[in-house]
Amino acid sequence: MRYRLWDVVKGADQGGQSEPTLVPDLRLSAHHVSDQIYQKLTGEKGVFSTRLAFVTHGGGSYSLVVTDSDGYNPVPVRKARESVISPSWSPDGRELAYVSFEENHKAVVYVQNVQSGERRVLANFRGSNSAPSFSPDGSQLTVTLSKDGGSHVFVIPRAGGNPTRVTQSTAIDTEARFAPDGRTIYFVSDRGGGPQIYRQPLGGGNAERVTFNGAYNISPALSPDGKLLAYITRQGGFKLMVMDLASGDTHGITDTDDDESPSFAPNGRFILYSTRVNGRESLMTTTADGRFKSVLGDSGNDYREPVWGPFGR
Amino acid sequence: MRPKNSLTLLPAALAVAAFLGGCSSPVKLDKPAPVETRQPVQGPTDQSSQSGVTTVDTTKGNQISAANLDRVIYFDFDSYVVKDEFRPIVEANAQMLKTDRSKKEVAEGHTDERGGSEYNLALGQKRAEAVVKQMVLLGASDGQLEAVSYGKERPVATGHDEDSWAKNRRVELRSK
Repeated sequence: MRYRLWDVVKGADQGGQSEPTLVPDLRLSAHHVSDQIYQKLTGEKGVFSTRLAFVTHGGGSYSLVVTDSDGYNPVPVRKARESVISPSWSPDGRELAYVSFEENHKAVVYVQNVQSGERRVLANFRGSNSAPSFSPDGSQLTVTLSKDGGSHVFVIPRAGGNPTRVTQSTAIDTEARFAPDGRTIYFVSDRGGGPQIYRQPLGGGNAERVTFNGAYNISPALSPDGKLLAYITRQGGFKLMVMDLASGDTHGITDTDDDESPSFAPNGRFILYSTRVNGRESLMTTTADGRFKSVLGDSGNDYREPVWGPFGR
Repeated sequence: MRPKNSLTLLPAALAVAAFLGGCSSPVKLDKPAPVETRQPVQGPTDQSSQSGVTTVDTTKGNQISAANLDRVIYFDFDSYVVKDEFRPIVEANAQMLKTDRSKKEVAEGHTDERGGSEYNLALGQKRAEAVVKQMVLLGASDGQLEAVSYGKERPVATGHDEDSWAKNRRVELRSK
């Protein structure tokens, strides 16, 4: 596949490239071209060649699906009769961690190689095992375990093994996400009454409350530069909010009522989330400022639990 | 209200013991649960009904197997307190485990559809643990019970209204 970029105003050649490709990879090659052009024009990396993962539900079954960044080319990586939730990409884009209820009739965390389909149990302790999220260096994951009673955040090596408890309250602590520095986690806790977002050093130390507006704030997602926090608040309905962490300025960026599961594109420009459109659970992307939105996919199924994959395919 | 016949299914002595009280202390939790005044909703597993249609998916291994025991406990919104009307169910199941130490049960917590999947999973876990804690206080052993949660992933009623939500806020006791 070859392209040349021509500046019609200056009448100047802006370069080009050719790359050999296989027929099944034609879309990927076209997206590589798009990424190169986007970067030449904006100076930032494009996300056209990245992938998304999400769960579809219809006809009594659930599929964990991987697609191109525009929602095309859906490939189920896991089909089940029971729900699948909380997919999380490894930073190298090779593996997905997720929660499946099927085999053990309870929540168990698996890690699956996207290309080979090979998968392993990451956490199957007494009680529920959930909310996996990879560290930025890919060496470990945060998970929520109830093995000691209650729901608490632990870290566990990527290969599995002994989990180490991170949060220490007697309340619910869950939905942990690493900050880009790899040393701080953001998580949801109802230690103050209702669910709010907190952060604390991974190695221990005091948890600091981050969200103060509203009685119900969940599902934190950090922008790749660590400056923005996307989350869901309950205000009548459930709304996607974005907070500037330096100033604390917070604003809603949607006009829908059932927003869930936000995640940032790896260049930080877009947020992927699920919401209800015309009665159906659908996937949306929005620019981080909320100005431009688009619906992804439209096959009559319900779509939920989306997560944007990393760079590097 | 709960179907009246659910009590007649219990051994009479046990039912009397339950209503004479003495063991009605609520499970201690971290925060007081908000109290709502609302009519409890009849659950979907009325054992005595011959004509009602109940979907039990046998492929999923969650059948109610001991036909003489009620096994579903319903909860108020945002609450983890086992209400008095469901104590006979908890007590009957605890008694069954106490009588036969080889028996095991799983307490599956469920929530309604509102809110995030992970936070709901934790809420369902808290409900299941509240039931297990009561059963252990009533003489079942910890090793006979496991508290797990499906969160909002397995509703029994799929409507988007309070009627459905009330049926979904529940703990199901399942033989292991």
